[in-house]
Amino acid sequence: MSATAFSLKEWIFTTDHKRVGVLYLIGSLAAFLLAGIMAMLMRAELTTVGPTVTTNPNAYNVWLYFHGAAMILGYQIPALTGFFANYYVPLMIGAKDVAFPRVNALSVWLYWMGIVLALLTFVIPDPPDIMWTGYPPYSSEFSPGNTSFYTFVVLLIGFSSIAGGINFITTIIKMRAPGITWNNLNIFIWSILAAFTLQIIFVPVLGVAVTLLSFDKYLGTNFFKAAAGGSSLIYENLFWFYSHPAVYVILLPAVGIIYEIVATFTRNRIFNYKMVVYGGFWGTVLLSGVVWAHHIYVSGMPNWIVILQVFTSLLISVPVGLLMVGLLGTLYKGAIEFRTPMLYASGFLFLFLIGGLTGIPNAMSGIYQQIHGTYWITGHFHYVMALSVTSAIIGGVYYIFPKLTGKMYKESLGKLSFILFIIGVNVTFFPWFIMGINGMPRRYYDYQQFPQFEGLQQLSTAGAVIIALSMLVVLIAWLHGLIAGEKSSDNPWGSKSLEWTHTVSPPPPGNFSEIPKLTADWSPYNYGRKQEEGKKIDEEL
Amino acid sequence: MRCKHYFASIIVSLSLSFLFINNLYAKGIADPAEGWNHLWYELMVDIIIIGVIFAVLTLYLLLRYRRKQPDEEGQGPELSPLAALGWALIPTFIFLADDIFLGAKNFELWNKYRNIPENAYAINLESAMWSWEFNYPEGIKATNELRVPAGEPIMLKMTSRDVVHNLFIPEYKVKWEIRPGTMDTIWFYPKKTGEYVMTCVEFCGVLHSSMHGKVIVMQKDEFSKWIETEKNKIK
Ligand SMILES: [Cu+2]
Repeated sequence: MSATAFSLKEWIFTTDHKRVGVLYLIGSLAAFLLAGIMAMLMRAELTTVGPTVTTNPNAYNVWLYFHGAAMILGYQIPALTGFFANYYVPLMIGAKDVAFPRVNALSVWLYWMGIVLALLTFVIPDPPDIMWTGYPPYSSEFSPGNTSFYTFVVLLIGFSSIAGGINFITTIIKMRAPGITWNNLNIFIWSILAAFTLQIIFVPVLGVAVTLLSFDKYLGTNFFKAAAGGSSLIYENLFWFYSHPAVYVILLPAVGIIYEIVATFTRNRIFNYKMVVYGGFWGTVLLSGVVWAHHIYVSGMPNWIVILQVFTSLLISVPVGLLMVGLLGTLYKGAIEFRTPMLYASGFLFLFLIGGLTGIPNAMSGIYQQIHGTYWITGHFHYVMALSVTSAIIGGVYYIFPKLTGKMYKESLGKLSFILFIIGVNVTFFPWFIMGINGMPRRYYDYQQFPQFEGLQQLSTAGAVIIALSMLVVLIAWLHGLIAGEKSSDNPWGSKSLEWTHTVSPPPPGNFSEIPKLTADWSPYNYGRKQEEGKKIDEEL
Repeated sequence: MRCKHYFASIIVSLSLSFLFINNLYAKGIADPAEGWNHLWYELMVDIIIIGVIFAVLTLYLLLRYRRKQPDEEGQGPELSPLAALGWALIPTFIFLADDIFLGAKNFELWNKYRNIPENAYAINLESAMWSWEFNYPEGIKATNELRVPAGEPIMLKMTSRDVVHNLFIPEYKVKWEIRPGTMDTIWFYPKKTGEYVMTCVEFCGVLHSSMHGKVIVMQKDEFSKWIETEKNKIK
């Protein structure tokens, strides 16, 4: 692969899971960059009460719509279930490729079509301004923006995700190398299995909801029009029935990546593997379908649903707590080395702790009366999704970098990027909790009724500048590593996972010279034991 | 087994204390905002305790188990089936106990929000892009200014003319979605006179962030005078 010259045609028609993965990575980083630019524009706008960089609130609303949709649909889901899933799954289970390589190529190009369509937001005269939640009847009747854009972006990326789900679930069930069982599968593989199970169950619900929006708006139906017997509350239920599980579609693979990083850099076995897999990942999957109502406690619903879902939502703390216990347990008696990926994983532990704990109030319908729709909510989900998950994605790319490129990034740049990141995110987002609890509403272009928050808004904007700097350093570190990085060995971290031990960096098409055969006591986390000869597999690769 | 008894007793005692507290609050008009403040304080104590325990533990583990030799490997324990089960169940029961405790506490607060006092002063609210229109039982109309008497529970009967809005009054820790085609009710209990912000917290179009107004809490007699003058204006 490295010997051949770059060929655009080869990339476009590729069915190699690693190249498909890289296509996802490029798309998702581009979406992240654009969403980040939108965020910086919004932060600039909010530095003063009243108009700051634009006098047009609609411009701000379009930035915000794009930021939310791009972060979730364009960046996080594709980075995790697109790039990392594609790159890791066949390598970690000892397969030559995914089960349906052409379907895989279809998935990535559907996703790219979604990205291109989303980019047209900045070209068309009537960009959508309906927020990533797209509530009717605003979106289906009143918005001057183009709601069909939203519908089609969601549908394209949704189809892409369902095709990916079928592909990866089949791959994981059917194509594991001899010796890889349900008891020694990488944790990341479990997280992908859980995430795609959620996608397959719940994406169709979102697809229906957003399709009905466009039916109402363009075809004259009345699904959400109260005057004609419809109900906008139905949309809110359908939307969150998908969009709460979507949080776990994003979170679980991110936790999976963190587990891989932590295991490698502590050179330690996973603490209580079965608890992590069944209690943590599958416990979350089990609960995820019965907690959507906590997004709409103030929308009106029968009391018994409220009371039931207060408890189910609070119960999420059990599987998520078990995932944390597993991570901390893996640190115990480990041999921790603080390379850049491990720094990001350590950052994750603290960011996710803050994000998780600030989620507890959101489950409580009474407490929710004050915090719904405020910066408290946005603070919470930025800590969980934006910050924790981005730690996992960026840390995960640093981690996979030598495998992906065959080269090593510069450690000093990596560490600098982490330090800027961890300072920047806390300066930016911690003030949101303080503003939120005192009533600052989200999705506000202006806040003349809350002038007391100007100082905290400015602090937050200052933090955003630090985050932007950290992302610049990340970009420099990766480009520098790609162009001028030193050649890396096949297993620079000393990991025992298959993608490091059984193939070269970068892996050739087909991944392995022959399908690895593993003995029953093989484990990707087989650390701390005496190395028995004969159980080590052929190293001649 | 001993653990199970221990946690069962925690759950039972928590439920009992909840019932006890619930009885204390049962008489008179329970102000949701006060209940909110009270529960928020308890919640913060709860969260901060958990947070500090986890943060200190994480920091300790990260610093304590750093690699000393380059070829060193972790020596994490291999758990026996019983230990593995214990390590899953004990945290589960701890989290579960906290969840049940918080859920029960929330139930109590939620009831305060949902049980509207029978003598509440009812005002109609119709929201529209981007203003609030109030209709008093005396026939008075007001836009973006909600005048209410201090010391009386106030109920709003709300509907929307166009899109979904959401009325939020931070001072009274109350908000509710307002949608076309339905009539939803909320209530709050103003005690101190003064002016307080009310604002929309459901995205409703280009001027969403400008959709705000004031709750003006007046002395009871001043309020009655205002009602009289306004009534005369209508005639
Ligand atoms: Cu509004």
